[in-house]
Amino acid sequence: MLGQTLREVSAALKQGQITPTELCQKCLSLIKKTKFLNAYITVSEEVALKQAEESEKRYKNGQSLGDLDGIPIAVKDNFSTSGIETTCASNMLKGYVPPYNATVVQKLLDQGALLMGKTNLDEFAMGSGSTDGVFGPVKNPWSYSKQYREKRKQNPHSESGDSDWLITGGSSGGSAAAVSAFTCYAALGSDTGGSTRNPAAHCGLVGFKPSYGLISRHGLIPLVNSMDVPGILTRYVDDAAIVLGVLAGHDPKDSTTVPINKPLVLSSLEDVSKLCIGIPKEYLVPELSSEIQSLWSRAADLFESEGAKVIEVSLPHTSYSIVCYHVLCTSEVASNMARFDGLQYGHRCDIDVSTEAMYAATRREGFNDVVRGRILSGNFFLLKENYENYFVKAQKVRRLIANDFVNAFNSGVDVLLTPTTLSEAVPYLEFIKEDNRTRSAQDDIFTQAVNMAGLPAVNIPIALSNQGLPIGLQFIGRAFCDQQLLTVAKWFEKQVQFPVIQLQELVDNCSAILENEKLASVSLKQ
Amino acid sequence: MAAPMLRWGCRGRRWALACVDGGSCHRRGAPTGSTSNRIRGQSSVAQQPLHTAQKPRKGEHKWAAVVGLEIHAQISSNSKLFSGSQVRFSAPPNSLVSFFDASLPGTLPVLNRRCVEAAVMTGLALNCHINKKSLFDRKHYFYADLPAGYQITQHRLPIAVNGSLTYGISAGKECGQVIPKMVRVKQIQLEQDSGKSLHDDLRSQTLIDLNRAGVGLLEVVLEPDLSCGEEAATAVRELQLILQALGTSQANMAEGQLRVDANISVHHPGEPLGVRTEVKNLNSIRFLAKAIDYEIQRQISELENGGEILNETRSFHEKLGCTVSMRDKEAKQDYRFMPEPNLPPLLLYDATSLPTGADPQQVINIDQIRETLPELPSVTRERLVQQYGMLPEHSFTLLNEVGLLEFFQNVMKETRAEPKKVTSWVLNIFLGYLKQENLAVSESPVTPSALAELLDLLDSRTISSSAAKQVFEELWKREGKTPGQIVSEKQLELMQDRGALEQFCYSVMKDHPQVVMDVKKGNPRAINKLIGLVRKATLNRADPAVIKEILEKQLSS
Repeated sequence: MLGQTLREVSAALKQGQITPTELCQKCLSLIKKTKFLNAYITVSEEVALKQAEESEKRYKNGQSLGDLDGIPIAVKDNFSTSGIETTCASNMLKGYVPPYNATVVQKLLDQGALLMGKTNLDEFAMGSGSTDGVFGPVKNPWSYSKQYREKRKQNPHSESGDSDWLITGGSSGGSAAAVSAFTCYAALGSDTGGSTRNPAAHCGLVGFKPSYGLISRHGLIPLVNSMDVPGILTRYVDDAAIVLGVLAGHDPKDSTTVPINKPLVLSSLEDVSKLCIGIPKEYLVPELSSEIQSLWSRAADLFESEGAKVIEVSLPHTSYSIVCYHVLCTSEVASNMARFDGLQYGHRCDIDVSTEAMYAATRREGFNDVVRGRILSGNFFLLKENYENYFVKAQKVRRLIANDFVNAFNSGVDVLLTPTTLSEAVPYLEFIKEDNRTRSAQDDIFTQAVNMAGLPAVNIPIALSNQGLPIGLQFIGRAFCDQQLLTVAKWFEKQVQFPVIQLQELVDNCSAILENEKLASVSLKQ
Repeated sequence: MAAPMLRWGCRGRRWALACVDGGSCHRRGAPTGSTSNRIRGQSSVAQQPLHTAQKPRKGEHKWAAVVGLEIHAQISSNSKLFSGSQVRFSAPPNSLVSFFDASLPGTLPVLNRRCVEAAVMTGLALNCHINKKSLFDRKHYFYADLPAGYQITQHRLPIAVNGSLTYGISAGKECGQVIPKMVRVKQIQLEQDSGKSLHDDLRSQTLIDLNRAGVGLLEVVLEPDLSCGEEAATAVRELQLILQALGTSQANMAEGQLRVDANISVHHPGEPLGVRTEVKNLNSIRFLAKAIDYEIQRQISELENGGEILNETRSFHEKLGCTVSMRDKEAKQDYRFMPEPNLPPLLLYDATSLPTGADPQQVINIDQIRETLPELPSVTRERLVQQYGMLPEHSFTLLNEVGLLEFFQNVMKETRAEPKKVTSWVLNIFLGYLKQENLAVSESPVTPSALAELLDLLDSRTISSSAAKQVFEELWKREGKTPGQIVSEKQLELMQDRGALEQFCYSVMKDHPQVVMDVKKGNPRAINKLIGLVRKATLNRADPAVIKEILEKQLSS
C-alpha cells in the first residue's frame, strides 16, 4: 500500500480497502521507526490523526475532496504552518509558531491531505547536503537499502556498521528522505538552486521544480525571492502532476504568480517522434562521474531510438552561473535575514544594554556560520561602492544565462536533458570534508542555472549505480510548459523502470529495536 | 559649537520680501560673544528686529541660502500600501497590524491600487511626468520600528518625475498682490511608513507601535529652489492645499500626515554650494519656517566665525526655537538599496497604450485619472479673482483657512450684497472674530445664512454699517436670533423719515452755533463734527450720507 501511486491509494481509500486513519497510522508508525533518519523536525501526529478522522467522515459520506483526500504528506520546515512550529532548522526560529498557513500548505489541506510533519533541511535552506541544520544531518534511506547493502558486502574495503551512512543531498533532504522511506506520498520542498532536484536525485525520487510564478511562495520563508519556488517530491511523475494541479495558479497574496488558463492534466505520451531533445554541451564537465555520463548518453540514445530528434545545444554562459548565483543569492539573503532581529518573534538574546547590542547578539546566537557568512557577503555586494560592480553585473549575467535557454528553445528544442548531480550520494563523513560553500558550488552546477531563468525542471531517477545508489537525470522545459515537461518525464519514467527502494533490511533493523511492530504492513512494490 | 545666533533673525513675512527682491537673504552686523549670550535661549526668531531690507555694508559678502525639501505625505486610503490592514489615526497601539506589517517570515507585499492612483493624481496635479513603468526597491537599516529591516520605496525609478509646484509670496498687505514663485518637483515616490518608537527613558525601554508601519506615503522631493523659511512654508502650504483638494492625503501636520525634512546650505552667490545639513522633525508650517530661518542664520554665523558646517542631521527644538544635532544619526548609513524582488514593475497605461480587452480592475489608466482631477487651488483662486473681482491676496486668504472658501461661497449664494462687500466682511470682520477666539470656521457661531441676511439689511440700507457691526456682535453671542430680530429689538433701523431727520439736524445746528460758524468759515472738518453729533442724536440710526446732504442744504439756506 505505501509503495503505491497516489491514484492507486486514492482508489483504495474510495473503495474502503483502507481508511485514512489506518493509512495515517501506518505512516506514523513508519515515521517512528525511521526516526534515526532525522527526516522530520516536527511530527504533527495529533493534527494528522484529526485530519484523517475528518477525511474518513468524508469518505463515509461519499464526499471525497479528490485524489489527495486522506493522503499523508510532509512539508519542509521552511513553509509556514499555522499552529505548528516552523524552524527553518535554525536557532533563530526555534519555538516560532506561525499564525498562518503558506498558500501551498493551505491548498493541500483544503484538498484533504494529512500533514504528517515538518521535514529537516539545511539552516534556512542554505546547503546542498541537509547536513547544516541545527537539528543535525538527514540520513539517506538508501544507506539502509538492500540494494546498497548487498553491493557493499561485495566490496572488501567498505566498513561495516552505520558510520558510513549517506547524505540525502539538499537542502530539502528531510522531504526526500520522508518520501523515500515511505512515511508519506508526497512532500513539499523548496528549490532555489536545486534544493528539490538534488536530494531527489540522491534519494531516487521525482523532484519537480515548477516554473517561477506558477506556484505561490506566500508563506515560504525565503532564501532568494527571485529564484525560490516550492518544489514537489514524489515517487512517481503522476503523483507530482496531481500535486502540481492542486498548487498551481495565481495567488492574490503573491504578486509574482500568474493565472493559469486550463487545469493541468497529464496525458500519456505514446509517440516521441515529434519531440526534440537538447543536450547542452557545457554540461559535460570533467567532474561528472563516468557512470552518470554513460547513463546520460544512454538516455539520449533511448529517445533517439524511439524516433525523437536529439541535438546538441550550447548554453555558453553556464560556467558563470555559480559565481553569479553567489552574488545574487547572498545579497537577497542579507536583505531577507534583516527581519530576524529578535524583536517580534524567534530567538532573542539576554543582552539588553542597547537595541544594537541586542540585535548583534541575537543574530550571532541565532544564525549558523553559513547564514552569517552569506549575510556578510551579501551586505558587501550591496554597499553603494560595490553595487554596480557586483550586483548589477550579476544581474546582467543572469539575463545572459536566461537568454541562453531562450535561444536553445527557440532553435526548436522542446526539453533539455542533463545530469542532475555530478555523482551519486556520498557518505556524510566524505561530504563534510568540504565546507558548505564549496559543496553548494559543486552540487548546484547542473541545477542552478534553471532557477536563474525561472524554468521548470524535474529530476527523474534512471538507474542504480554500481554501488546500488540512485542516479537521476534532469529534464528542463520552457517557461510555463510544465505540463509538457512532465509528460516527457512520464514517458521516460515508464521506459527506465527505476527499481523501488528495498528497505526490508532497514525495517528488520528497526523491528529489532521496536518490538512487536507489524512491519508486514510495509508492503513494498515488487 | 557656538551659541545659537538669533541676531539677524527677521520677521518671516518681511524677510520673505527680501527674498523676493534680492533672490537671497542679506545679513547685517557681526556677532559678538556678549550679544549671543544675551539672546541665547530666546524663544523665537520672530521677536528679532528687521534688518534685511538694508543693503550689506561695504566689504561684506552677500550670503545666499539654498533650501530643498523632502515631504512625506501619508496617503489617504482605507488600507496600507502593501497589506490589508486598516489605516486610522489614534487607534489602540498595535491594533492595525497584519502579518505582513509585522514582517512575519514568508509574507509578501501586495500593492494597493488606491495608493497608486493617489500617486498618479498627485503627480498630475504637480505637472509631473508619470512614469509608465516604475520600480520598487528595498532600503535597509536596522531600527526597532522597521520590523523587516528594510523599507520598500522607489529609489531607482519613481512613479512621477520632473514636475513643478507654483506658490505665491505676498508682496505686502497694502497692495494685496501676490508674486508667483515656482519650485521644481524632482520626483514623487511611493513608499512605506515606519512604525512608531516610544522611548521610556525612565525604565530605559522602547515601546513599538506598528499601526503606522506600512501605511502608504508619497515622498515628494523638491529641488533646492527655495531660499528662506517663508518660501518653504508657503510652498508646503500650497502642496498641502493641493493634496487636500485631490483627497490624496489629509495632510494634517499635527497628526503626522504631512512631514517635512529640509536640506539647507548657505554660500556666496557665484560660488559652489555649501555643505548642507538636514533638519528633521518639522511638524508644523510655522516651525518649518522658523527652523529654516534659524538654520540659515546659524550656518552663516558659524562660517563668519571661521567654523565649518558639518553634513549632519539636526532636529528643530520647538521650545528653544533652534536646531540641534541629532547625534545618533550622525553616522552616515549605507542603505544597501536592492530591487524588491517580490513586486513586479508597476506598469501604468494611457488611452493609447491601454491593452485591448484589459480588465479595468487590473490596469490603471493615467488619462482616466487626469479627467477626474478636481479643481486645484490655483484655479480656484483665479476664478475668485475673475468672478468676484477680489484682490489675489484675498483669494489666498480664503483658501488658506480651512472651510473659509465654502463659507464665503455659501454667503454669496444667499445675499444680494456686492461680492466686494462680502469679501470684506468675511475676511475682516468674520475672520477677525474667529482669530480672536482661536476658532475654526466650522466652530463659528455665525452661519453663512445669518451673515447673508445681515449683509442684505446693509445692502438695502435698512441699517448702517456701524449698526451692522453691532448686529454681528449680537449674532456672535449665539442667542439664536436672526439679524432681522436683532435689528427690530434694538431699533437699529436707519431713520427713513426725512422730516424727522431734518428736525434732528436743525436742533444740532441750533445747539452748536460755534461749529456752524466753523463750517461757514470754510473749515472742511467741521461738517463731519456736525454729522457725528446728528448721528449720536439719532442713536446711530441715520445714514451719514443723508445727514450730510440735509446739513449742507440747511447750512446754505
